[in-house]
Amino acid sequence: MPILGRGIEAPDFNLHVTPDQTLSLSELRGRPVVLAFYPADWSPVCGDQMALYNEILPEFQNHQAEILGISVDGVWCHAAFARQNKLHFPLLSDFEPKGEVARKYGAYREKEGVTERALFVIDEEGKIVWSYCSPIAVNPGADGILEALEELSAKKGKRDDQVKDVDNAA
Amino acid sequence: MTKLKTSITQHDHVQGNKDAPLTLVEYGDFECPHCGRAHPIVKALQERFGDQLRFVYRHFPLAQIHPHAESAAEASEFAGAHKKFWEMHDLLFENQDQLGLPLYQELAGTLRLPVQRLREALETGEFTAKVRSDFSSGVRSGVNGTPTFFINGIRYDGPVNVISMAEALAYVLEQAA
Repeated sequence: MPILGRGIEAPDFNLHVTPDQTLSLSELRGRPVVLAFYPADWSPVCGDQMALYNEILPEFQNHQAEILGISVDGVWCHAAFARQNKLHFPLLSDFEPKGEVARKYGAYREKEGVTERALFVIDEEGKIVWSYCSPIAVNPGADGILEALEELSAKKGKRDDQVKDVDNAA
Repeated sequence: MTKLKTSITQHDHVQGNKDAPLTLVEYGDFECPHCGRAHPIVKALQERFGDQLRFVYRHFPLAQIHPHAESAAEASEFAGAHKKFWEMHDLLFENQDQLGLPLYQELAGTLRLPVQRLREALETGEFTAKVRSDFSSGVRSGVNGTPTFFINGIRYDGPVNVISMAEALAYVLEQAA
């Protein structure tokens, strides 16, 4: 199954972000969400995918967007990985049942038992507006995510202007 | 195919023949060990391709994991303002396990740069904007870690070694001819 694409309602989930906390997608309604599936913690390169997103967090925050990393690693593994790389955003653990959320997004690799490198940008209402599945060995970078967020912000800006116009007319 | 969004301008650090048919752009971080290993590889490629290759270096400091990456990038820009960018660039990579103000001052001394001015430039963040602007252009262009290379504007996703990169360059050169 290919990954879910534009226009589809993003499947909700409730996953552990720390050993004693969970997070649901629906809790983040009202702001854009970047959902970044990646195969595993501890990939052997500098500035791997998560470290890169960590560096450019301010750019995501400019769009009021929330970024979530997600893999099948367990919470303790995520905790150690996040500490080591000083990550300042949540990592979700799609651990039990393993890969269940990834499957719903079409982003699970049965053979290897890991998630794809698949990116989803979800709008304020929970709809997927952009998605991309990168070859597993290639870190997709952040340019596509930022373009999608810019488009969302531009639309929102237009909507806000229209509301203002209506207010002014009234 | 991921493309370089920011073209080469007079603000870039360019080495080699400006009319070369091949342009290799590196987004690098002076504290990144992979970039340290790539440094002699780039040198070997420059030697092999000679006048057919120009090389451009842009900053992509991963400051969250590399505490000295930003200051090293700014130190190289300071040297660049005194027309010694490449000398500093080489020395920083060759001494990347000792990055920090004492090393920058020592290298500035070696390159006969005003050491006190270097210190002030780092303290006041004189070159922060230049480094940030390189970083942003990298993010927009799909830089996905360090080092990231672009050959004639297309991101190179192959292995970083002389043989693979020389092959890729030769292929692009052939296509361009």
